[in-house]
Amino acid sequence: MPNIVVLVKQVPDTYSERKLSDSDFTLDRESADAVLDEINERAIEEALVIKEAHGGEVTVLSVGPERATEAIRKGLSMGADKAVHVVDDSLHGSDLLQTAKVLAAAVGKVEGAELVIAGNEASDGQGGAVPAVLAELLGYPQLTHARKVEIDGSSVKVTRETDEGLTHLEASLPAVISVGEKINEPRYPSFKGIMAAKKKPVETLSVADLGVDEVGLDAAWSTVTEAAPKPPREAGQRVEDEGDGGVKVAEYLVSQKLI
Amino acid sequence: MAEVLVLVDHLDGEVKKVTFELLTAAREIGSPSAVVVGAPGTASKLTEQLGAYGAEKVYVAESDDAASYLVTPQVDVLESLVSSVSPAAVLVSASADGKEISGRLAARVSGGLLIDAIGVDGDLTVTKSVFGGAFVVKTKATKGVPVISVRPGGLEAVAAQGAAAETAVEVPAVDAATATKITGREPIVGGDRPELTEASVVVSGGRGVGSAESFSVVEQLADALGAAVGASRAAVDSGYYPAQFQVGQTGKTVSPQLYIALGISGAIQHRAGMQTSKTIVAVNKDAEAPIFEIADYGIVGDLFKVAPQLTEEIQKRK
Ligand SMILES: Cc1cc2nc3c(=O)[nH]c(=O)nc-3n(C[C@H](O)[C@H](O)[C@H](O)COP(=O)(O)OP(=O)(O)OC[C@H]3O[C@@H](n4cnc5c(N)ncnc54)[C@H](O)[C@@H]3O)c2cc1C
Ligand SMILES: Nc1ncnc2c1ncn2[C@@H]1O[C@H](COP(=O)(O)O)[C@@H](O)[C@H]1O
Repeated sequence: MPNIVVLVKQVPDTYSERKLSDSDFTLDRESADAVLDEINERAIEEALVIKEAHGGEVTVLSVGPERATEAIRKGLSMGADKAVHVVDDSLHGSDLLQTAKVLAAAVGKVEGAELVIAGNEASDGQGGAVPAVLAELLGYPQLTHARKVEIDGSSVKVTRETDEGLTHLEASLPAVISVGEKINEPRYPSFKGIMAAKKKPVETLSVADLGVDEVGLDAAWSTVTEAAPKPPREAGQRVEDEGDGGVKVAEYLVSQKLI
Repeated sequence: MAEVLVLVDHLDGEVKKVTFELLTAAREIGSPSAVVVGAPGTASKLTEQLGAYGAEKVYVAESDDAASYLVTPQVDVLESLVSSVSPAAVLVSASADGKEISGRLAARVSGGLLIDAIGVDGDLTVTKSVFGGAFVVKTKATKGVPVISVRPGGLEAVAAQGAAAETAVEVPAVDAATATKITGREPIVGGDRPELTEASVVVSGGRGVGSAESFSVVEQLADALGAAVGASRAAVDSGYYPAQFQVGQTGKTVSPQLYIALGISGAIQHRAGMQTSKTIVAVNKDAEAPIFEIADYGIVGDLFKVAPQLTEEIQKRK
């Protein structure tokens, strides 16, 4: 089996408060706790399952600031073999297209990589487009939003699940897959896995190493002109049900001209 | 006036509502041109509907391949139109397919990619809601043609007559090595209820509903209101309701006129998918449930008492 690259992203924990920085409206990564995005654990799990069945090596790849190493470690402790971390101050403020370019260049550095597995949508940006753009840039077919993956020789079959329902997909390797929430249950890193992860190789690359240019906020294809926290919703009326709760709601809806 | 390309989202000979929203936005920017990509015979069923929302032109890109490959036929067609008509912008729905199409197109034509807009101004300033509605952001493309995906239900569709003049365009040949073949489809059969993201009223149930059978309480209230049914992740994970109805950060984002939450605590990830609703009503037996912090009207009580009574009241008033 060819080698697999899993794309992992460190994101602010959705349980903590997420903010935009006042100066340049980029995500304020310091304000929130950071975690490996939940969906990426499933991407790693899927890669490990494929490896267990077909062999090959699993590399986790992350483009992000220094502390993305925590997310990388988690991937290694789950069982990935090695990691590539692209970290460079000039990446600050990159948009989705720029990030995808960096990812594409980094995938090219992983020897024998023929399968790229990502999450379908990150919980911070909700772009839902990095895997497709990556497929575009690499010239690979995209089998995205997978809830089931089957590999047979050089053919890949995926059941895609979106709001529209299920679509059955087929393409040949090399390919990009993105996985959806229901694909699997990620394993917990074992104690042995956590210890072993400390010795696994993590290659750090800069933008110059990858030969990509025009990254970062100033070269982005789009710019944020304004950002404002939405005024928090105010709590309205709250009443105890005294046997007429349904009637009260109906009266409220009538008063608001909703029924 | 420059053309604005609108990729038509269609299913079984029907134009999806989001396309009308896109055409409405396109009229503010320039002259709307609808782009239909599909199997032979698709466009003839759609043209009239597109004209009713102001499409001046309808580009018809039909072939067997167009319907049997994932995403790339749409990208190929849009790419060739971008180079031949130099549009002011390209608008697509921010659906799973639409986000992927817009991303690939922007990469291919070096356009400015703007994802998941909830508003598009005539000067191409785009409004986005981020972190589940906690921030509102205005953004603009700085170079290239703006490629904008717009969240369904984000804008209001307003009818206006357009000429809807058809022009046939070629679907570029598919490169089998880089394309993904669609070998089968199992579309979700919608039933009679409105689609979750398009509905003006949504009634959702959470873990408090307790079982799959009891979800009928939620459904009956929804049907009385002509509403869509939603569910929290806990309700989905417990097997009470199918996953495609999940509302929240990892489910759907809705912003209806009215959102009714039954037996939902209001965790931050659930709120992320519904807190931009115009009016929120909550029923929960725990007076401390966080959902009450954002509800316009809350009843502290048992949903099995309150919801059926409300259903009955609504039926009485019809
Ligand atoms: C990364 C991530 C993503 C997530 N994405 C989502 C998402 O997309 N959508 C989502 O919903 N959640 C999501 N969650 C889960 C979220 O954190 C909550 O666990 C979930 O929303 C809780 O659902 P609930 O309110 O139905 O259940 P609970 O929190 O268990 O609340 C049930 C409520 O029902 C009330 N109740 C019980 N019985 C009755 C009764 N008879 N009458 C009235 N009230 C009653 C209780 O008082 C309680 O408040 C996500 C979590 C994570 C970590
Ligand atoms: N900076 C990044 N580094 C590594 N992987 C990423 C990065 N950004 C996005 N991805 C991958 O792309 C998926 C979808 O992200 P997005 O398109 O941003 O919603 C994520 O789940 C990751 O697998």
